[in-house]
Amino acid sequence: MNFAPFIDGSYGVTVVFLIGIAGLTFARYRTAVKRLKAVETR
Amino acid sequence: MNENVLSPETIKVGRTGSWLHHYANPGRFLRLARPVLPWLAAFSIVLTVTGIVWGYFFAPADWEQGDAARIMYVHVPAAWVSMAGYAALAVCSFFSLIWRHPLADLAAEEIGPVGAGFTAVCLVSGSLWGKPMWGAYWVWDARLTSVLVLFFLYLGHIALIRAFDNKQHGYRAAAILALVGAVNLPIIVFSVQWWNTLHQGNTISFSGNSKIYITMLYPLLIASVGFYLCFITLVTARLCAAIMERRTHGLLLARAGGTEK
Repeated sequence: MNFAPFIDGSYGVTVVFLIGIAGLTFARYRTAVKRLKAVETR
Repeated sequence: MNENVLSPETIKVGRTGSWLHHYANPGRFLRLARPVLPWLAAFSIVLTVTGIVWGYFFAPADWEQGDAARIMYVHVPAAWVSMAGYAALAVCSFFSLIWRHPLADLAAEEIGPVGAGFTAVCLVSGSLWGKPMWGAYWVWDARLTSVLVLFFLYLGHIALIRAFDNKQHGYRAAAILALVGAVNLPIIVFSVQWWNTLHQGNTISFSGNSKIYITMLYPLLIASVGFYLCFITLVTARLCAAIMERRTHGLLLARAGGTEK
């Protein structure tokens, strides 16, 4: 049996998850910083 | 020797947890965590990429499983982080219930989704490995089932925090769930010893009986440290964001109250 698609799939799922959650977290963090700065300087 | 042992003067007040209370202040945490975040993120990326690339391209194939064994460089770190994340969730819940620390509540709220994500990665990667090796994506094995229960505990915690109009009630109920659910952690760890499982037994032992060759152990450990750092970085960043969101909300509310007068 060819294992490659299953192993590639496992790595793919992991990498997509890590990049996805890192991107979402970074976007949320940047938004929070910007909003706080805007409110504090208003 | 006739002193009253119940009088307040005779009860020695320890400094247990005083440093913890000091750093549990959200503002102080924010000031400490924000400068550290870029370093944490850099180390997480370097170690995770090194571990994954080493495991996928350069680690030797297993004599029995061949290239299918490469699954462990993502599956095992995800499994370890999912359990460590739940342990951290339980500790935060304990602090929340005992000392009512707002930072502990926030930390528990932010750990939940990240931990659930790592548990999902563990389940999906294991399932993809199971199809070619066991002939099925899923079996109701003790290890698999207990990790699935862990995933549901995470989901229950996420849902329970948001299930009440009064957020404090949600934090309290979710903390109790997290503490009760912590009983699942030893079940996951010892499931392969207590029951006859299709899932293989523990390969790595910190007492020196590891059944893994050193050329496979190094990438596995590097990937694991990378995943742990990823978890810590993600939770810290989310926690900082949550504190800043609350502060923004508080400032806006204060100004709205001030303009009404």
